[in-house]
Amino acid sequence: MGRVWSILFLTVPILGVWTFVAAMNDWWPMSEGAFGPGQWFPALDVSNHVIDHLFYLILYLTGAVFIGTGLVLFWFLWRYDAATNKDPVVFSHGSHALEVVWSILPAVVLLFIAIYQMDAWANARMRRPLTAEGAVKPPLCRVSGRQFEWRIQYPGEDGRLDTPDDLHVLNDLYVPVNEEVVIEIESLDVLHSFFLPNMRVKQDVVPGMRQYVWFHPVKEGVSDIVCAELCGWGHYKMRGQISVVNAAEYDRWFSAAYAAQETSAYDPAEEEE
Amino acid sequence: MSTTTIDSHTQAASHEMSVGSFLSTYVFSRDHKVIGIQFLFSTLIWFIVGGLLALGIRWQLAWPWSNMPVIGNMLFSAEGGQISPEFYTVLVTMHATVMIFLVIIPILAGAFGNFLIPLMIGADDMAFPTLNMLSYWFMWPAFIFFGAAFFTDGYGAAAGWTSYPPLSAMTTAAPGSGNAQTYWLLGVTFVGVSSMLGSVNYMTTIIQMRAPGMTMFRLPLTIWGMFITALLQAFALPVLTAAGFMLLADRLFGTGFFLPEALSVNNSPMVSGGGQPLLWQHLFWFYSHPAVYIMILPAMGMVSDILACFARKPIFGYKPMVYSICGIAGLGFIVWGHHMFVSGMNPGLGMTFMVATMMIALPSAVKTFNWLGTIYGGKVRFATPMLFALSFVSMFVIGGLSGIFMAATPVDIVIHDTYFIVAHFHYVLFAGTAMAVFGSIYFWFPKMFGRMMNETLGKIHFALTFLFMNGTFFTMHILGAGGFPRRLADPYHYPTFSHMLSMNQFMTICAIGMVAVQVIFAVNFFYSLFWGPKAGRNPWHANGLEWQAPSPPGHGNFDFQPIVYRGPYEYGSPESDEDFYPQTMPPKQERAELA
Ligand code: HEM
Ligand SMILES: [Cu+2]
Ligand SMILES: [Cu+2]
Repeated sequence: MGRVWSILFLTVPILGVWTFVAAMNDWWPMSEGAFGPGQWFPALDVSNHVIDHLFYLILYLTGAVFIGTGLVLFWFLWRYDAATNKDPVVFSHGSHALEVVWSILPAVVLLFIAIYQMDAWANARMRRPLTAEGAVKPPLCRVSGRQFEWRIQYPGEDGRLDTPDDLHVLNDLYVPVNEEVVIEIESLDVLHSFFLPNMRVKQDVVPGMRQYVWFHPVKEGVSDIVCAELCGWGHYKMRGQISVVNAAEYDRWFSAAYAAQETSAYDPAEEEE
Repeated sequence: MSTTTIDSHTQAASHEMSVGSFLSTYVFSRDHKVIGIQFLFSTLIWFIVGGLLALGIRWQLAWPWSNMPVIGNMLFSAEGGQISPEFYTVLVTMHATVMIFLVIIPILAGAFGNFLIPLMIGADDMAFPTLNMLSYWFMWPAFIFFGAAFFTDGYGAAAGWTSYPPLSAMTTAAPGSGNAQTYWLLGVTFVGVSSMLGSVNYMTTIIQMRAPGMTMFRLPLTIWGMFITALLQAFALPVLTAAGFMLLADRLFGTGFFLPEALSVNNSPMVSGGGQPLLWQHLFWFYSHPAVYIMILPAMGMVSDILACFARKPIFGYKPMVYSICGIAGLGFIVWGHHMFVSGMNPGLGMTFMVATMMIALPSAVKTFNWLGTIYGGKVRFATPMLFALSFVSMFVIGGLSGIFMAATPVDIVIHDTYFIVAHFHYVLFAGTAMAVFGSIYFWFPKMFGRMMNETLGKIHFALTFLFMNGTFFTMHILGAGGFPRRLADPYHYPTFSHMLSMNQFMTICAIGMVAVQVIFAVNFFYSLFWGPKAGRNPWHANGLEWQAPSPPGHGNFDFQPIVYRGPYEYGSPESDEDFYPQTMPPKQERAELA
């Protein structure tokens, strides 16, 4: 029986690796496009590949440890099965040298992983994009989370938010392609999380706090805005849409939306209530 | 104190079994073994409840908005067997709450801590038996409050087990949850009181009541795990308790600890506020990160004991194992911010927490290598407890490695609040701790009840649980890496996630299988309780003190004064005539002198 149990534990690294490889190569019978061949994360629309790169780096490092420990466990169980092992027990209480090796080695690798992340983190969260003049880039728009919708507000002619000429839209975000996009996010009630899977952006929005996120789309297309923080019973349906379009289309959309707002009886102050 | 226990026992025994003595022996008992077994039965019952709630979640994720057979009608008759979005948020909240606060924490410290600590250190009972009895009975208000949080008007507590304000602080944020959130907070407070009473008791007992010769470095690793866990509880719990009262005050008395100025939710009147929602997260995780180690250190200890016993070999690197338990506990206090990387906390702080979190993977790795070293060169006996202990090692590796992805701040941006997190904590808590608990039940059952459990059923139970468990949880990594969010009643109306339905159906089928095969365990448990073959004192030929006491041990535990001569892991020692060497057996020349 010992043999059978050893093999059962051997299936862990085998099936584990198989599951990941199958997903990466789209063998799982679930694809309807979003996981293109070799496309693990949702379709990538940012020039900044660095988060995906970091993910795969950790995947390969931890994968090696996963396979290594799995094989060692299998081999020890197979080899030292009491039913077949004729050798006397190795009466040992440990090895100082080994302890030193397997403390220092992982420590170095872990420290390396941590330091290697820092630049990407700083770029994602701390170094807000600058304008050509070197000032911090003003936000393209403001997205406000509210149970259970995303309210979006673009500055009008005057380039400033919270003036009467602002454009208001609901759940429908348009951003220009090939440009650093900065968005101001806030919450009007409870916590939400502004999650753009395709842009590798996620930031909780906190009532009473004003925050900025930024990303750099390089491909035109439509994808999801997801709420990623439990915000009440309707959390699941708090869905928005982000459209990445070229500059001309962006201008066309903006003026059309603006014209529609002017002619409708829409009064943002009224809806605020 | 312990003498009073024995006195009252002899009195009880000399009288006929009156109602009063029945109550004091089996219900309001101050005997640590009875209290441990009370904890065991209570937590196993809640385990069933938590499992059924999980099936509700899995059903919705596989066949959204369709009627759930059998259980559906039991749980949500109001909706006619269909899960409403309101009820879905209750399900995720209460599943986690029940599993964490009513199953894992009390089964480790309450059931195994109580039963094993005095036996393994050679004491006749705990230092404070009355306090010990209270620690069990304080669980009952918690049971009642959590039950009320479920059934109270409307639909129940629904702010997640983390209960982030303002959702949990303002009644208008979750209309229909009524007083449930208040009951939930009271439930958590009572679990805290119970844990605190237990932890004071465990620390005192382990420091003060060890048998002669039982030095700290001769303690079994189980006891080290329990000891450090008690310390963690004692230092971290006050913070959660205080935070809980602050949140209660925000709900009931209009304080604004966690509410910003002029906040209005769902057209409620504006609150005066002046507080910060993130403050709750800091306080909550300051407790709840150490709490995840409270939920695994005792399990690591028990697994170490089982591994050494069935590999018939000393633990590899006993002292490094002790130091890494201490290291995990110490570092555990400075990593709570890794739950808050994208919360709005200062991103500079995120870097600090990232480094600390990476470093906490180090003692975890050291422990894993030492477990493998323990098997090396041994004579492995594949008994049921050993299979569960081995699976703990194999699965803990997965949970530890996935922690590294999440500790990496930029990667965590993508996977935070997705199924990757859910995969991670199920690998450490279910595949890790719960499997270790199963193994420990098979291992110590003979000591608890004096009878053996059935090995064949045990192995079938193990193999099926192991397979279904991995089918359920491993795939979650894939979903999470693809961004699939947690706590969403219907993720499929997002085009990004709609293709993940079939994978979820596969997982749900595995989950149903996993819950179903626990019937094998229940049958084995109850059959063996009454009809299992009688176990002698030491059926596994183990070294620990508990195995020198009768099975089950009577009041006062030992029928002789245990004296300890060596550590608990001298298996295969050349100085012993057999392949084990009990801690109480005098060394050879001393035996010769006696003879
Ligand atoms: C190698 C060591 C570990 C590391 C590096 C690690 C890291 C992390 C990180 C970074 C998170 C937060 C992820 C996020 O929300 O984005 C997390 C979540 C979690 N971890 Fe670990 N972890 C480790 C071990 C453990 C252990 C041993 C347990 C429990 C026994 C555990 C239980 C949990 C739980 C329950 C959560 C999720 C809480 C929630 O959001 O509901 N972890 N872990
Ligand atoms: Cu939400
Ligand atoms: Cu943590």
